[in-house]
Amino acid sequence: MTTTDTAADYSTLKLDVPEGVQTVSITRDFAASPDKVFRAHIDPELFVKWCGPDSITNTIREWNATTGGNWSYVSNDDRGEYAFFGSFHEVRENERIVQTFTFEGFPDAVNLEILTLTDLGDGRTRLMSTSIFDSLESRDGMVASGMEHGIVEGYNKLDRLLVEA
Amino acid sequence: MADQLSKVFAALADPTRRDMVARLSVADSTVNELAEPYDVSLQAVSKHLKVLEDSGLVSRTRDAQRRPVHLEDNVFDLMTKWIERYKQQAEERYQRLDAVLEAMNADEEANDSDSSAASAEGSEDTSPHRKSRKGA
Repeated sequence: MTTTDTAADYSTLKLDVPEGVQTVSITRDFAASPDKVFRAHIDPELFVKWCGPDSITNTIREWNATTGGNWSYVSNDDRGEYAFFGSFHEVRENERIVQTFTFEGFPDAVNLEILTLTDLGDGRTRLMSTSIFDSLESRDGMVASGMEHGIVEGYNKLDRLLVEA
Repeated sequence: MADQLSKVFAALADPTRRDMVARLSVADSTVNELAEPYDVSLQAVSKHLKVLEDSGLVSRTRDAQRRPVHLEDNVFDLMTKWIERYKQQAEERYQRLDAVLEAMNADEEANDSDSSAASAEGSEDTSPHRKSRKGA
């Protein structure tokens, strides 16, 4: 899982949503060293700058980015408020972050994200993230919801499409 | 509605049903035609068809006597659309991370030139969260 083809180019994101397997995997290269990519994930001030689109304000409630620590934040947009929480199962400097993730709107669903950083040299880093969901339904719900936002909008559209179908 | 989507994913999780969908994407077929290549009972094929029908992936015309099975392309497209949308949002998110990293790189360069005389250690301590980082 930590081996990767460093000759390959993932400057645009590669997404893998395998059929019948409750995982989502992402591979993406960044033009910065692993310590910076790592810091952008665990420093809450940096994290809120990129974790959501401009239309959403993210407010950190708790943030203890250490092995065994916890996190939670609230996202606000014009439709309402969405809260998320989880644990930092493992925070290994510049290499690996393992987190759990729950959307409070679906409190019974949880996923485990294993994120690894590989130094590609020349100030480049490959991020590989695998999210393992508690069920196929949770995984599919996550994909269908367009990730953490637009859940209502998404389901409305899906409703319409399914009616047409 | 996530249930509907789960049904689609679940329906496609089975290799025989995937194969049926692939063949139906070429042309409508009767149950007998669909069953032909598989070494299973017609009953088993009907069961698979039922799962595909429940998911909305296929439909069967009620009026025609041979009741051909038809692939509902739009439901199939829907899956692709959701995955594409998810991918696009993830990519947008990482483009924002690109921008943050670019700013960090620029900061570092500025600090490097600032601290050519002094020690660079001071710049390391600007984050209020260094304690938690070292705690790991």
